Amino acid sequence: MKLKRGVPLIDQHDRQGFWGGKFGGSFIPETLKKPVEDLTNEFKRLRNNKEFLKKRDYYFKNYIGSPTSFIKLENLSNHLGGAQIWAKVVSEANGGAHKIYNATVHALICKAMGKKYIVGDTGAGYAGKMLSMAAKKFGLKCKIFMGAKDIKRQKPNCDAMRKNGAEIVPVYSGSQTLVDAVSECMRYWVSNCDNTHMCVGSTVGPNIFVKICGWSTAQISRELRTQLKEEFKKIPNKIKLINCVGGGSSAYGFWSEFIDFDKKQIELIGVEAGGPKKSKLHAAPLSRNAKVGILHGAASYVCQNNEGQINDTESISAGLDYPGVSPIHCFLKDTKRARYTYATDEDALNAHVMVTKFEKLNPSLEPSHAFAEAIKIAPKLSKDTIIIVNSCGDAKKDRDILRERLGKH
Amino acid sequence: MSSLLKKAFINAKKENRPALLTYTVAGDNTKKKSLEILKSISNYADICELGFPHNTPIADGGQIQTSAYRAIKNGIKINDIFSIAKNFKKSKKNTPIILMGYYNMIFQYNENKFLDKCKKSKVDGLIVVDLPYPENKSFASRCKKNGVNFIQLVSPTTSQIRLKKIIKDSHDMVYYISMLSTTGGKLKVSPKKILERYNKIKNQDKSKNVVIGFGITEKTIKSLKKADGLVVGSAICKEISKSIERRQNAVTNVTNIVKRLRNKIQ
Repeated sequence: MKLKRGVPLIDQHDRQGFWGGKFGGSFIPETLKKPVEDLTNEFKRLRNNKEFLKKRDYYFKNYIGSPTSFIKLENLSNHLGGAQIWAKVVSEANGGAHKIYNATVHALICKAMGKKYIVGDTGAGYAGKMLSMAAKKFGLKCKIFMGAKDIKRQKPNCDAMRKNGAEIVPVYSGSQTLVDAVSECMRYWVSNCDNTHMCVGSTVGPNIFVKICGWSTAQISRELRTQLKEEFKKIPNKIKLINCVGGGSSAYGFWSEFIDFDKKQIELIGVEAGGPKKSKLHAAPLSRNAKVGILHGAASYVCQNNEGQINDTESISAGLDYPGVSPIHCFLKDTKRARYTYATDEDALNAHVMVTKFEKLNPSLEPSHAFAEAIKIAPKLSKDTIIIVNSCGDAKKDRDILRERLGKH
Repeated sequence: MSSLLKKAFINAKKENRPALLTYTVAGDNTKKKSLEILKSISNYADICELGFPHNTPIADGGQIQTSAYRAIKNGIKINDIFSIAKNFKKSKKNTPIILMGYYNMIFQYNENKFLDKCKKSKVDGLIVVDLPYPENKSFASRCKKNGVNFIQLVSPTTSQIRLKKIIKDSHDMVYYISMLSTTGGKLKVSPKKILERYNKIKNQDKSKNVVIGFGITEKTIKSLKKADGLVVGSAICKEISKSIERRQNAVTNVTNIVKRLRNKIQ
């Protein structure tokens, strides 16, 4: 298994849609073959269409507010000693997280395909909130599928979705979290694919959805590359890009421009959700050696039992609480280009407390997992090492959880 | 040698009616009960589909999901499913049995081992919901080599070019999904329209047995009786749920439904 240079990772799959010959593909019911094929052709056309690219760039700049800032976390770095810690504050994007990139692109595609309805899944509620925003912006009717458990724990985002005019469809099956929301959303699409466009909220699902999402979030690393050159005159020699990984959309977006670099120069570190400290449940298929399986139309490392039933997962962070992971991250793991580890709920909470204490930054529980790893390794590293954390979400949505766990806020 | 599946269709045709196919979930609500149900309904059904339950089904509606979760909760394992099939075949050796489910379970069990078990348990056919054509080509041909029918699915969204290829590569039976829906949806397309599309498929190759499934209940079955076969699943699973809820005998209740379905197409 080998990575190619000079080709975007999202395009390094074979004709059947597999990365490295075994991750990804399109394991879909017959009914979805045609809509997936139509979407594949449309995306292929649009991504080479100058007009469409102009439109995308216009909305990225004027609607999403890119570029998001790249800042040094001076106090945190001084406190920890060792490496410099920087943050790419993607949570500044309109809506408060990276999910807006994918949502905007999907809404534009939906419009281009002449469909009036758009549906999507959500875990932490960001993917849903952003899709509802984009739907409102572009005049589309929107339905969001969300696990009943997540609706309870991410209320602020649910309020936002409703305010944007989207219908939230609660999902009561299975563990009532993201995994069930994605299943239900796909089922809805099976029944309504003739007039409805589906947005998958991360770099997961059938091959084409991985590609569209990765193509959208890649904006993050395009900005970062420019910002690095502005800040350091050239790309520094020792960089570590740390990102949380649930489905893996923000991590891919954060890394895509840097995958061709030598890993000695730019190390890519993905941090999964380890779950509560003493729990056996987790949502860390890459770092805790899950087996390859098929979930939601793609082959990837999946938390599952010997029989192929998908495991329940548990994480304080609804956005990372997913038993599968993007096939492109499986590919990055097996080619050893990226390193994957996990942080527990407690690690993430502690990191959140520390970052908010020292910095004017309020990372949500998802990027707090990435900060936990940064805090852990920074003291052991040299001063010329640049750690950059993608602060990809804002903690406003975590208000209730933080109050409960930390007794304040 | 003609397959049992083929024979079942020939027998139904002799009686001038479509074959009746039932779908139940293995282990719903227990291993023993599901075997009893299977044996009893096969007195009226021509072909029995037995679902292997998965907890992340992307094409099943509420009724089948409920049955599947119930079976999994009661501890059903893949080997139990094969033993149900095997036991069924001991007493009903001429009734074809088709296993139906999602690919991850076959993948985890190992394709070859799964096929081997199918053969040993005398399973006649296999439907894999999320392994479409052409991705299923190599597995389908291995099924055929092992005497197991791989049943291709066709839907209203299947293009003409695809249809030709799928029919060409299909074995004895083709499954036509009546409408854009998960299982158990309300029939939202007119029977006339469904039969029009059905005829288009049939005209590709008259020797293939084409069955129609999704949205078929006691109310709708009669209107589609021109087909080679008709599949009823969710309506049966719903009856099992109801019987459990009311503490009634699921075997009797489900058998009565199948009997009535059969009478409607007689």
